[in-house]
Parts: sequence; structure tokens; C-alpha cells
Amino acid sequence: MTTLVALMLRDMRLAVRVGGGALMGALFFLIVVVMVPFAVGPDLKLLARIGPAILWLGALLASLLALDRLFATDYEDGSLDLMMSAPTPLELTVAAKAIAHWLTTGLPLVVIAPLLGLMLNVEMGSMGWLMLTLLAGTPALTFIGLIGAALSVALRRGGLLLAVLVLPLTIPVLIFGVAAAEAAIAGPTPFGPAFTILCALSLASFVIGPFAAAAALRYGLE
Amino acid sequence: MADATFTGALEKDARKIGVFKPETTRLMQLTAENLTCLRGGREVFRDVSFALKSGEALLVTGRNGAGKSSLLRLIAGLVRIASGTLALTGGEAEAAIGEQAHYLGHLDALKPALTVAENLRFWTEFLGPSSGDIEPALAAVDLAPLSDLPAAYLSAGQRRRLSIARLVAVPRALWLLDEPTSALDAASQTRLSDLMRRHLTSGGMIIAATHGAIGLERARELKMGAQ
Repeated sequence: MTTLVALMLRDMRLAVRVGGGALMGALFFLIVVVMVPFAVGPDLKLLARIGPAILWLGALLASLLALDRLFATDYEDGSLDLMMSAPTPLELTVAAKAIAHWLTTGLPLVVIAPLLGLMLNVEMGSMGWLMLTLLAGTPALTFIGLIGAALSVALRRGGLLLAVLVLPLTIPVLIFGVAAAEAAIAGPTPFGPAFTILCALSLASFVIGPFAAAAALRYGLE
Repeated sequence: MADATFTGALEKDARKIGVFKPETTRLMQLTAENLTCLRGGREVFRDVSFALKSGEALLVTGRNGAGKSSLLRLIAGLVRIASGTLALTGGEAEAAIGEQAHYLGHLDALKPALTVAENLRFWTEFLGPSSGDIEPALAAVDLAPLSDLPAAYLSAGQRRRLSIARLVAVPRALWLLDEPTSALDAASQTRLSDLMRRHLTSGGMIIAATHGAIGLERARELKMGAQ
């Protein structure tokens, strides 16, 4: 257990210190959301209607942004070799890295989402619900992206492959995330079913993601 | 709760930093028979056999591309064995060979944004169990005065020494060293030789890929690419 805590602390410290991960994701999120009103025009009703969808799409793209470096840096400096031959099972190592990644890039997105919601004319009262869906759904994005990050290292291919691999897999998360948010804000469909499916997607990817990613990394050993 | 006390007992174990002490006085032996390695569909080497006992060192020599690094990676479990057998007897039965070995490759596995002490502390905690005290290991490679410096400012030789400190801080039976003396100055090479001799006298094993002498007198030699 101490080994996993040590790994998480190291990854979080790196994310904060290097500044690439934590801050960049949040800034990218901000920029994507700011661009939308310019593209759509100053129609407040329309913005309010598509607001949850835009926030979810922004969060999805922002959480993908830093993912391709998740294993790449450790691969390039030889750390991954040591992690793979360490006594800690690779699945747990990979899961710990993903949790650290979510805490430094996913959680900030959830926290700044209400601020960005203001720009999209989302009601203040609905913001709590929207945050709740993001909180429940962004871990799924990280753990699905984990598989892509491991594959892109194993196949020695860069960032774009990751997006191509991962984005189609995140469609269910996007569907139920937006559905839950819109149900909470506008109705008439109930919030419960969509939200529970969203939670289920997060939990399932939490289990499947580390195993698939560890398998991909082992395959890449050649 | 029981688990915690057990770990505590392990940490209080009389393991002295820098000296590997086998759990029992049993002799360990690493045996390789007819190892063949394929990388990228190409055969790197075939039919490599050797045996290594506690307290022995093996120098892997050969021209560039003969497969020295591949052999070390294969023993560490980072490259699949295409054919042949590799077995470590007398160690921890449940652990893979890579878990009982230190692999010191060409890459230093250091993060430039972390300080010298943070880098080493992370690897000691991650690779553990160890005493958790990194000061003696840093002193052993003469990096103690630089412990608060970010690793980004280290020279190539200092980076090498910091990754060698990892071998000292976490006791493991088998050291797999790939060109361990590269970038090291004369004084550091002598210090490394001393560390290796201490490891051998305490019952450890060393396999080093090298082009030159690394200061181990009784080491045997395995010539790669001679077949």
C-alpha cells in the first residue's frame, strides 16, 4: 500500500510542479467553453440548452489532453521498466497512476465547471447537478483513456492515436453524462437512471481499465 | 492491523543499508540454459547458457549489437524469452526474477522536476521493502550535499550515481548492470567497484554488461556474439 501511495504522491507532485498536466487541462477546458458562444452567437436560450453538452464535451477533450503523457514520460526515462519489474502488480501500479492523474486533471475540471457554466447561461441552481455528473463521469474518462495511453506507449505511437482510440469508447459516458445533466436541469426524464448508468460506467472502467492497460503494457514488452 | 505490525517488524529487520543479506543462508543460484532472444522478429542471440552463484559476478562482453543489453533486459523480465530456461533457486520462491533483481539500464529513471532526495525516496518506497532511510545510500554515492537540488541540474555522471544509489538503498540479490561505469569519473568508478565488492561478499550476484574493466577481479566473462 505504501508503494502505491508513494507513486500517487510522486505523480501528483510532478503534475503540479511541471505544470503541464493540472493547469493545462483546466485552461484548455476554459478555452473550449469560451469559444462556443463566439461560434453559436449570443442566443442565451440556445446557450442554456446546449450548455451541459458543451461542458461535458469540453471536459472530455480536456481530460484527453494530458493523457498521452501518462505513461510516455515514464517510458522515455526508464521508470516504466522499473515499475514493470517491481513486486507491486502492474495492474495496481497503473490504477494508482490513473487515480493520481484524475486527482490532478479531472478534479480541477469538476471544480471550475460552475464558473464556465456561467458563460453558457446555465442556471446557478442547476450547476450543482452538473458538477455531480462530472464528478461521477470524469473518472470513467480517465480510466478508459488509461487503456489508450498504455496502447500508445506499447505501440510506440504518439498522441493522435490515443484520441482516435479513446474517443469512440467514451461515447456512452458522454451520452449518459449529458442525459443526466439535462434531466436534472430541464426534465422531464428522471435524473436517477441516467446518473446510475453513469456511475456504473465509471465503476466498470475502474475495474477493466487497469487490467487492459497492464495487459497492453506487457504486450509492448515484445 | 496485523498487516501493519508485520510490515513494522520487517522494517525493523536487521538489514543494514548497502549490504544485501539473504533471508536465509541458503545459496542462491541463477541458471540460464540455451536462452534465445528475439526482438522485432530478429534473432539477437541464441543458445546462451551460464550459471551464477551467490557471491559471483559475470561480465557480459561483446561487440555492439551482440545482445548484451537484451540479455540483461531478458533476465529482468522486460523482454520475453523466446526459448530456453532461466531459473533462480534459493531466493523467494513466489517472486519473479525481476522482483529480486535491480536493473540499471541506460536510462536513469529520474524525474528532472523532483529533487535528488525525492527521486531516491520514491524508488526506495516503490521498490521496497527497505529501511526507508536514504541518507546512507546518498552518502555511498557521494551525493548527500546535493540532496535538495532538482535532478534537472545534475550532470550525466551525477545522474548515474543517483540511480546507483537505488541499488544501495533497496537490498536485492541480483544486480543487472548495463554499462554501469558510463559517464562516471575515476573516483566514482572506484566507489562503484567498492559497492559491487561489498554486494558480492554479502552473498549477492552481479551481471554486468561492459566494454572495459569495472574493477571486479574474480569475475567470470560471458562473450556474446562469439558463436
